[in-house]
Amino acid sequence: MRTSNCDMVIVGVGGQGVILISEIIGRAALKAGIPVRAAETHGMAQRGGSVINHTRLGCVYGPMVPEGGADILLALEPAEALRYGRYLSTGGVALVNTTPVLPTTVTTGQFRYPDIEEILAPLRGFARVIAMNATEIAERAGNPQTANIVMLGAMSRFMPVDEALILDALRDSVPRKYIDVNMKAFELGKAEVSG
Amino acid sequence: MREYLLGNVAIARGVLEAGAGLAAGYPGTPSSEIIDTLSGIASGYDIHIEWSVNEKAALEVAIGGSWAGTRSVATMKHVGLNVAADPFMTLAYLGVDAGLVIVSADDPYCHSSQNEQDTRRYAQFASVPCLDPADPQEALDMTIYAFDLSERFSVPVLLRPTTRVSHARSDVETGRIPEGRRRGRGFIKDPARRVSLPVNARPLHRALIDKQKDIERALESAPWNRLLLKGDVGVIASGIAGLYAEEALANLEADISLLRIGTYPAPSRKIEEFVKHTSKVMVVEELEPVVEETVEIVARRCNPELEILGKRSGDIPRAGELDPLTVRNAIARMLGMSVTAPRELPGTEIVPPRPPSLCPGCGHRAAYYAMRKAFGKDAIYTNDIGCYTIGISMGTVDTCLCMGASITIGSGIRFGGDERPICCCIGDSTFLHAGMTGLLNAAYNKSRMTVAILDNSTTAMTGHQPHPGTGVTATGEETVRISLEEIARALGAGHVECVDPYNLEESIDAFTRARDFPGLSVVISKAPCRILLRRKGERFRRYRVTDECVGCRQCVEFSCPAIEFDERAFINQLCTGCGVCAQICPKGAIEVVK
Repeated sequence: MRTSNCDMVIVGVGGQGVILISEIIGRAALKAGIPVRAAETHGMAQRGGSVINHTRLGCVYGPMVPEGGADILLALEPAEALRYGRYLSTGGVALVNTTPVLPTTVTTGQFRYPDIEEILAPLRGFARVIAMNATEIAERAGNPQTANIVMLGAMSRFMPVDEALILDALRDSVPRKYIDVNMKAFELGKAEVSG
Repeated sequence: MREYLLGNVAIARGVLEAGAGLAAGYPGTPSSEIIDTLSGIASGYDIHIEWSVNEKAALEVAIGGSWAGTRSVATMKHVGLNVAADPFMTLAYLGVDAGLVIVSADDPYCHSSQNEQDTRRYAQFASVPCLDPADPQEALDMTIYAFDLSERFSVPVLLRPTTRVSHARSDVETGRIPEGRRRGRGFIKDPARRVSLPVNARPLHRALIDKQKDIERALESAPWNRLLLKGDVGVIASGIAGLYAEEALANLEADISLLRIGTYPAPSRKIEEFVKHTSKVMVVEELEPVVEETVEIVARRCNPELEILGKRSGDIPRAGELDPLTVRNAIARMLGMSVTAPRELPGTEIVPPRPPSLCPGCGHRAAYYAMRKAFGKDAIYTNDIGCYTIGISMGTVDTCLCMGASITIGSGIRFGGDERPICCCIGDSTFLHAGMTGLLNAAYNKSRMTVAILDNSTTAMTGHQPHPGTGVTATGEETVRISLEEIARALGAGHVECVDPYNLEESIDAFTRARDFPGLSVVISKAPCRILLRRKGERFRRYRVTDECVGCRQCVEFSCPAIEFDERAFINQLCTGCGVCAQICPKGAIEVVK
């Protein structure tokens, strides 16, 4: 039996705004009266490390998505998509930002950063992969920092929450002067996914 | 009202709803956001909020608050309770006046900690009740309940959220926050219960033992101990593991007995009822087998044939954190149902590791680089707890044990007979927390070594909390600003100097002088945290690599995330302009972007 209506795993690098995406979804769910659970990464890993957030809509159990159970994997960084690919369910959707953030293990020459196709191929084997250059799209929206909101816009196509409530929650969650650029980022992200 | 709250924010909310008038803590993941939240809203209520210099101070302040008749809370991470263990153990004897709650947040899997100790063991050790919330809602409700329980039995009460509760978010039903006076009527003299002379401690210990039965009986009926008997196989689970177990049973559509436990001492009557009606039970809990041991004791008396699965049988891991799939599979195995294998994803081996790293422009990196030039690679670098431990890849972190141990372990290595140069590294907040006694000890006992205080003017790792060196309190009020330099001199260091780590040459010279000083020397490396500067609106210059670059890789060894290399060096947009790489480059090929 399903124990959650929609399980999402949101991954990226500390500082990319992973938590904000989950916060907006949670606030939207609250407005919709849907029970919501989320688990965040704080502390040490936030210092440029790899971060993972679990968000569960229509769930009254624990905050963590079981491995192999995520309906959606949202990756703000490509390598992180593959690192946490095991959480994605067969037939699930992977939304991947294609702009890499190089870890120091790569910049110091100890490891090689894989090509984007090498990263996406294993995920394509069992899931629907939607890749986009969210960082570049965010620049078009007016601020490269809004790549997370571009990805949220794309993900909104797959979430069982009314879009108007997500936009309401977005307005509540960002400083007033950045509302417009975030709304634009959301729209551009949404347009990347064909209805 | 329904709100979407982080577990720690729910606890802060509970503190306010319970009418508490004093909250003290020391930052530590995953507990920090409780005081962070309270300090942001303190001005609206009659409540004292403080970041104490360490957990012992925080608990003692909270004890004083309780004894003055004010409901009080002390917050810390699990290892912080070790620091506060001295007052904690005897406090159980002396008892409280107004309710006193100690929040000790556990960190299974060591997400951001040096160990995975289980606070429930401390509760047993001190004969103090402990509440184990499963989610933010329970965390809020239990916080309020804990104050009542504390007053009813005149004992401190432990609240033990774990990382997945403190840093979980969910929809939470909040209550009313009472307005008006929160401070009590003052301290009432009562030596028999406030002075732990042996003549008082002996009867107080007996009284503490005597009230255990009453405490257990009261906890039996707490709403977080839920028994559902269905058939002769079942699961007993505590805290968040109770939610994992409920989810597993729903997922498996397994209609079996379930006892969820949320309070300690564990409810032995409910366990007895469960044990009498079952032939096989799986005990699911994180870390130590606290419930499992209680089940074993009860079963010996009422059902010696009971088959108990758990940590001893190897079905539930004792180390690390539990997760829904692990619990689901353990229960499925017990029931003879099919197990869901974790997904084997071929190709993941190409993903490069991404360990946490010092931020671009971090002053710690610059200090480590200079230190290493001055002391060399054979020197011994004892280190401490903070962001700077992340600098391990630079070869300047040889030890890390607990708060303040860098200095004392360094002394011990010297007196243990090692004659190599020793440089102990400790952050500003950690130094003020537990490093000062070590420095005093080193001076007093004539330790020959160097202590580097890496001063970034904040408690960075846990979310940038202030400390006595910042001149600001938890609630943002100005206060006395303590000088690390004066403290170091007052504690007996023979040579003390301050240095700007971004000036590489001066910095290397300062560390060299400290190394050569024939006694105890202190170097204070001062560079405010870049994250903090950025939040204050500071705009950083950037550097770039010119055509003069010959690809010698010397700047790459500085291991800054802003420096990339592909035949030649390249500085990416992460640069915050500390300028140290430009000083390292032997060709002068790194320059400021105009």
